[in-house]
This record gives sequence, structure tokens and C-alpha cells, in this order.
Amino acid sequence: MIGEATARVRDELSEQRLTAARFRVLVAIVLVTLGLLGWRFGHLQLGAHEQYAARAEENRIRLRALPPNRGLILDRTGRVLAENRPAYRLVVVPERSLGLDDTLERIRALVPISESEEQRFDRQRSRSRRFEPLTIKSNLSEAEVARLAIERHHLPGVEIEPYLQRHYPHGELMAHVVGYVGRMDARDRARLDPDQYRATTHVGKIGVERHFEGVLHGDSGLERVETNAQGRVLRVLERVSPHAGSDLSLTIDLELQRTAIEALQQQAGAVVLLDVATGEVLALVSHPGFDPNLFVHGIAQSDYDQLLRDPQRPLFNRFLSGGYEPGSTIKPFLALAGLEYGLITPETRVFSSGAYRLPGHEREYRDWRREGHGWVDLELALAESVNVYFYELAVELGIDRISRELALFGFGRATGLDLPGEGQGLLPTRSWKRAQFGQPWFPGETVITGIGQGFTVVTPLQLAHATAALAGRGVTATPSLLGPGEPVRMVVHQDWVWDAVFEGMAAVVHGPSGSARAIASRLPARMAGKTGTAQVFGRDADAEDEDERDQAELPEHLRNHALFIGFAPFEAPTIAVAVVVEHGGGGASVAAPVAAAVVARALELGY
Amino acid sequence: MNAPSLNRRGLWSILRLDPVLLALLLALMAIGLMVLYSASEQDIGTVWRQLVRIGVGLMAMLVFAQLPPNFLKTWAPWLYGLVVLMLVAVAVIGVGRGAQRWLDLGVIRFQPSEAMKLALPIMIAALLAHRPLPPGWKELLATLALIAVPVALILGQPDLGTSILVALSGLCILFLAGLRWRVIIGMALATVAALPLLWFRLHDYQRNRVLTFLDPERDPLGTGWNIIQSKIAVGSGGLTGKGWTEGSQSHLEFLPEPHTDFIFSVLAEEFGFVGVIAVLALYAAILLRGLFLASRCRGSFGRLLAGSMVFMFFVYLAVNVGMVSGVLPVVGVPLPLVSYGGTSAATLLAGLGLVMGLHSRRRFMA
Repeated sequence: MIGEATARVRDELSEQRLTAARFRVLVAIVLVTLGLLGWRFGHLQLGAHEQYAARAEENRIRLRALPPNRGLILDRTGRVLAENRPAYRLVVVPERSLGLDDTLERIRALVPISESEEQRFDRQRSRSRRFEPLTIKSNLSEAEVARLAIERHHLPGVEIEPYLQRHYPHGELMAHVVGYVGRMDARDRARLDPDQYRATTHVGKIGVERHFEGVLHGDSGLERVETNAQGRVLRVLERVSPHAGSDLSLTIDLELQRTAIEALQQQAGAVVLLDVATGEVLALVSHPGFDPNLFVHGIAQSDYDQLLRDPQRPLFNRFLSGGYEPGSTIKPFLALAGLEYGLITPETRVFSSGAYRLPGHEREYRDWRREGHGWVDLELALAESVNVYFYELAVELGIDRISRELALFGFGRATGLDLPGEGQGLLPTRSWKRAQFGQPWFPGETVITGIGQGFTVVTPLQLAHATAALAGRGVTATPSLLGPGEPVRMVVHQDWVWDAVFEGMAAVVHGPSGSARAIASRLPARMAGKTGTAQVFGRDADAEDEDERDQAELPEHLRNHALFIGFAPFEAPTIAVAVVVEHGGGGASVAAPVAAAVVARALELGY
Repeated sequence: MNAPSLNRRGLWSILRLDPVLLALLLALMAIGLMVLYSASEQDIGTVWRQLVRIGVGLMAMLVFAQLPPNFLKTWAPWLYGLVVLMLVAVAVIGVGRGAQRWLDLGVIRFQPSEAMKLALPIMIAALLAHRPLPPGWKELLATLALIAVPVALILGQPDLGTSILVALSGLCILFLAGLRWRVIIGMALATVAALPLLWFRLHDYQRNRVLTFLDPERDPLGTGWNIIQSKIAVGSGGLTGKGWTEGSQSHLEFLPEPHTDFIFSVLAEEFGFVGVIAVLALYAAILLRGLFLASRCRGSFGRLLAGSMVFMFFVYLAVNVGMVSGVLPVVGVPLPLVSYGGTSAATLLAGLGLVMGLHSRRRFMA
């Protein structure tokens, strides 16, 4: 009993000592652990504070670029050619959605999603972060917006987002001039300032949209926003508003543009109408056009294929990059050179028997009228487009003087119109021939150059520009879409030289036997002009003799191109025009009426 | 003469509470509510709800302080057995998303693993106090068996954090009971040796957490996100912090669960190193006071049980703060008496109630 008691007491005491020791160890563990944790916090909060503070700042501050509104494009009277229309797109924030595949599946049941939209979505998806919105479908229709709005509560993370979409209200009427914007691609990103284009999705691809990209785009804005981990914006800390791009007023008159296209009807061709004094482009048509709106949100492959397959090649810009033989429209320029060099006078007469033969050569170069025109002076030679007259003149001038004269009028080089992709045409010279073919220039080539055949290639724009220089007696400005240019003297000739050629060109329209006399009645004022025909079938110098009746019997795609140049009013020319109608047959019957319609309308409008 | 002071002391004796520890706890919980207000996006409703839970916890503390040691010792096996049964029930009919941790009792949802944090130490303390200390091999094996059963059940829920806490509370008693150092070292080495085995027993997400802990940048948007963002919050707090309710990390939702497991990050971000040290000092005071009270309990049962209760509080603190500062893997352990949530607060306060109650009985039994 006592032993037991003492044993218990001893036990209790030793147990107390034992546990007390263990408690001391526990206290040490507690203090050391808390000390280590405190040291850890000191390391994080004092030692590495700056690093973590920077990371916290990065975390919450995000720079968000704001796209500027693109400038409008207007015609010279203020009619809108390119505008920004509110549209809606469907976006999804992956993180807030119930899985992207599931979400996409549900959306497919509500709105059709094309293959290209699907591909674009997949591309975005692979490189974006989970809190960044992805576009599923752009340009939703009103019905689609309504359907989606109803189902929205079943689609977390999916939003209908308003944005501005480029729209071209006049469709194909202005397509080749205004061009269009399209989705930015890698090449666009390479050439454009990445800072300015951070928030931009569409950039000018062709036409004015492309050439004046810098003016139209404007300056991106910037928002410093505080976001949460999901990327949701909580607070805007700082905002630099975007500067909208400048509006562009083109020199084009939409009404003249429409007049030209209506006059062309179903025919493929080009019409260029210039202000002689200022170089302003009043009408600039490549027909047929296409609907540029198709390209804004990514053209469907089937639509694109259809455009490519169209034999009239609607995507081809004829006035800018189309190359045509000038045909007889070259004749006034040769006449100027002949007069200037003293090889002919206005009274010089040449006998046209229906064919021309180079001295010592067998080959005959025929006139377009088989029986010939008889004795003709310069006025009649221009009015009736007598080939033999210009064969002889060309041979007397020689290729060097012809090249020099044509170069003065701007043939063979781009005019410098403010559009991308202008063609240069081709002005043949002796040295060009040598470089190109390793051959000397042959006399026969000079002969056909006299009637605008052979190697010479012009664009309708060049032809119009040269015509403006002609109308301005050697003075005109570079063609421009943005306003008056500085007039430049391109060619120097004596006044009587100009007068003589002008008389002949007036006779083309107003003379009793003028090749374009049919249009005279449609004009409110006197006009000077020149018809031309460019060969398509049979690239051979004799083809000019095929008259228009023969042409009508050919299949259309083999018919010659019809050309016409002109300026009006005759007494004090203000406007110059060039028309090319592809496979139109003869310049007189097809191209001249188009020019007459446009010129008549322009004169009525007071140009 | 000094009757009033006697009366005051008498009041605390009747309540069986320790005024010093209680004051420290109330101070901590007051700070906790303040941080919670900020961490919950200044939602006063959340603060009210937490206040109610603290009230319930304080009631539990008061109740547990009244339980006599002999009553606890007597009922320990029944209590232990009941909670094990509930854990089995959880495995069979439990509810919860992903992890099955709750018993739906209609009115309330009850988490038996929480109850085990009290039941197991009581059981082991009762077992060890029954025999002379230090425990021999038989006691050691019996204790390990008592630990293994609930730990296995809780691991199966799965709840790695709680199972570790439960295991540690049991092992702590063995340690306090004077288990020989070579046995302790031997067990530690055995544990290290068994780690690879444990590795294959872990769930994928648990393995991921450990891997991520070793290299947070491994999965910066997934499981590593928490650790990275928490460290950013802590580090960006600096010496004096960003100011109350001014923490950008927590308010911008970079921090997951800023009002529960990661509330210490909010505190560190908003009050800086100064605030961290102040709160750690407060915790240190609580722990030291608790250990002081526990060490002065009469009888080995009281000392062992009270000591393990304080130790559990310490483990909560160390694991949570270690996790938040990136020195421990992310396991869902709340910051004691600060994190939002009622269960852990109730368990911890009940445990400290046991400490105070056991301590209050020392002189009457002397």
C-alpha cells in the first residue's frame, strides 16, 4: 500500500519531469518554426519586395489598345463611298465558358458557322490566353443576334460584341478605285507599325483603302486598365483616346462614275475622265467590278472562285494595270511630232491607195479602208484615221523621234496616280528592242508603230493623262484622286502645231466624214477626239483593214478592243477622257459613245 | 479587502477559462475579422456570419472547458468508436463534390474528420495515461493502430491535409508522453523510407500539388497559380503593406480563396512585414500561453491531451503560413481562428476549451 503509494508519487514526479522536458522541446519547436516563418516573410517582403511588387503591378495593369475609327471615303460632292457600319460579332471568353467545344456545339445549333470561321477560331484559340475573348463569328444578322440573345443564359462566357465594320454602299461602282479592307495578315503586320495596329483587325488591301492606309487609319488609343485574374476589366486607370482616321474626299464624281458604267453596259472596259488643268480624276472605271463588301469579312471560297472564273475578269483593274495597244489613238501624237519636226504641214497631202509599201520591201501595210482614202491632208487623215498617212509619217519620223515624242506625253511610265499597282505600259525604243530581244529595230516595226500597233502598250490611265496633256497644249498635272495637282509643262510645241492637230481631232467628231461623227449630236459642246482599235486576233499589221462588220462576225473574245480619246469643250478644254472597251470591235461605234455620254454629263455638271 | 479581485478570479474559475489566453484569442479573432472584411471584398455579411461562427466556437470552448478529465477518460473509447463509425458512414453515404467529406444530417452538414481531431487525442491520451510513462512498445503499437484507422479513412475521402493533422495530433501525444528519442528517430526514418510508397497511394491531384510545390512555374495557370500569386501578394506587401482593403492581388481575384486558406496572404499584402510579425507574435503568445497551461495540468492525461490540443493549433498555423509563403505544398488547411469558416474555428476553440478546463482543475486535485 505504502510502496504502491510511493511508487505512484515517484511515477507522477518523474512523469511530470519527463513531460516538462518534452514541453520545453515543443516550445523550442514552436519558437524556431515561427522564427523561420518570420524569416521567410522577411525574405519575401523585404528582400524580394521589389521583384514581387513589379509582378503584382504586371498582374493587375494591362495595356489595352483601342482601335481608331477608320476615316470615311467620300466623292467630291460628299457622297459616302466607304463608311463604318455598326455590326455585331460573337465572342467567347474560354475561361468563363463551359468548355469551348461544348459552347461551339451549342452555338452551331443557333447560327451557322462556316468552315473558314471555324478555322479562324481554331487559330485564335491555339495562341490566345484563356481570359482573352475569341471571335466565333463576325457580322451577325439581326435574326442571329436575336436568337443568340434569347439563348444567352445557356451560354456562359459568350457575348455579342458591337464593332464597326467597313461598308461600301456603292458596291462594284467604286470597287476598283476605293478598293477594300480585309483582315490583317502576316504581311500586313510586317509592313505596318505594330503599335498603331495593335487593336486593328482590318487594313486596306487594294485601291484608295490601301494607298491612303496611313491617312485613313488614324492613331490607336491606349487604356491602362486594372484587371482581375480573368482579364475582366475592373477599372480604367488611364485612357488615351484613339484619333479617328481622316476622312478622304476623292476627286471622283460618283454620278460621272455611274454614267460611265451605264454607258459601258455589259461590256468590259475602262473609262478615265480627267480635269485637264488640275489632273483631278473625275471618273475612273474598270468594268465589270465586284462587290468589295464580300472581302471585308473574308470572302467565301465559292464566291472567290466565281470571281476568278468569270471570263470578264471582274477583279482585274483595267484602268490601272490593263495594257492595250493604243491603236489609232496614237495618231494625234505622231501628227504633233511631224508638225514640230517640220516633216509635214497641215496642208501636206498624202495619197492613200489602200496600202503602203516600204521602199525596197515587198510587204504591204494596208489601210483600214480597202479602196483607200485618196488624197488626204492632216485634218482628213485624223478625221478618217487614214493609216497610210501615218505609215509614211512614222517612217519619216523614225522610231527615235516617235519614242521621244511619246515619252514627252508620259507613255511608257506610270503616271503617278495615288493608287497602288499602276502599270507602266510599254514605249518601244531601239535600245529597248536590243535589250529585250537582242535584235536591231526593223523599219517595218516603225511603220506599224505609226498606227499604235506592234510593241506599244498603254494603260487607259496613261492614255487619259496623255490626252489631258494634249488638251492642255502640253500642260497638265499628275492625275490625282485627292485634289488639284500642280500643273506641269510636259511638252513644248508651237501654237499652230497644237491648232492643226486639234482641228483634225475636232473633225473626228464634227467633220462630215469623221470616224466618230455619230456622237456629235449627243454632245452639248464641241469636242475633239480620236478613235482607235487595238488588235486581239491576228497580231499582224494588216488587221486594221478588217472593218467593223467583219469584227461583228467574230466570236466576242477575239474581237478587237475599241478605244477613244477626247477632250472638251473644244475651244477651252477642261476635261480629257480615255475609253477602252474590250472586244468592243471598233472604237467609233463602241468606245466613242461611252466617251460622249460621260463628257456630255460632265459638261452638263459644269466641269 | 481584495475581494473584488478574488471574485474576478472566482468568476474565471467557475467558467474554467483562462483570461489571458481568452484575451489573446479574442484579439486574434478581432484582427481576423478585420482582414476578412477586406478579403471578402468588404462584404459585411461575411463578417457577420463569421462573427456568429466565432460565437458558436466560443460556446463550444465554454462547454468543453467544463468536461471533467475522468468523464473524458471514461468515454474516450466510445467517442472514438462513434467518430470512426461516422467516418465509415461518410465513405458509404457521404456527400460532397469531388471529395466525400460530409454527413448530411438534414439540418446541418457534419464533417466527422473534424470531430476526429478531438476524439483521437482524447482516446490516445486516455490510453497512455492509463499506464506509466514513457510508453512501451505495446502502447506505441496500440497508439499507432488507433491513429492508422481514422487516417486511412480520411485519406480515402480524400483529404490529405486533415489526415496529416489527425496523424500529427496523435503522434504529438506520443512525443509528449516521453517516447524515446531513438524510437522517434527510427519512426522518422521509417516515414522517409515509406515516402515513395505513399507517393503511389496519392491521388493525381495530390501528386500534382506536391510536384507543383517543388516547382510552381511547372503549371503557372493551374495548381502553381495559387503559390505564385500568393507569393506575389506577400512579397508586394513589403515592409508596411498596401494598407487595409488596398491589396490589389486579393481584390483583383488573382488570389484564390482569399478569405479562407489564403487569408494570410491578404494580411501580408495589406499590412506588410510589420503586420505579419505582429500577428505571428500574437500566435506565439497564444501558443506559449497554451503550452504553459498544458504543462501545468495535473495528471498525465491532462498534460498530454492539452499539449496535443495546443500542438494541433500550432500545426494548423505552421502549415497554413508555410503554404501561403511557398515553403509547404498547398493543402487545404485554414489559418486558425482567422480563415472564414465555422468548423475549424469550433474545433480549435473546443480544443483550447479542453486546455483551459483541464488546467483549471489542477489545484482542486492537488
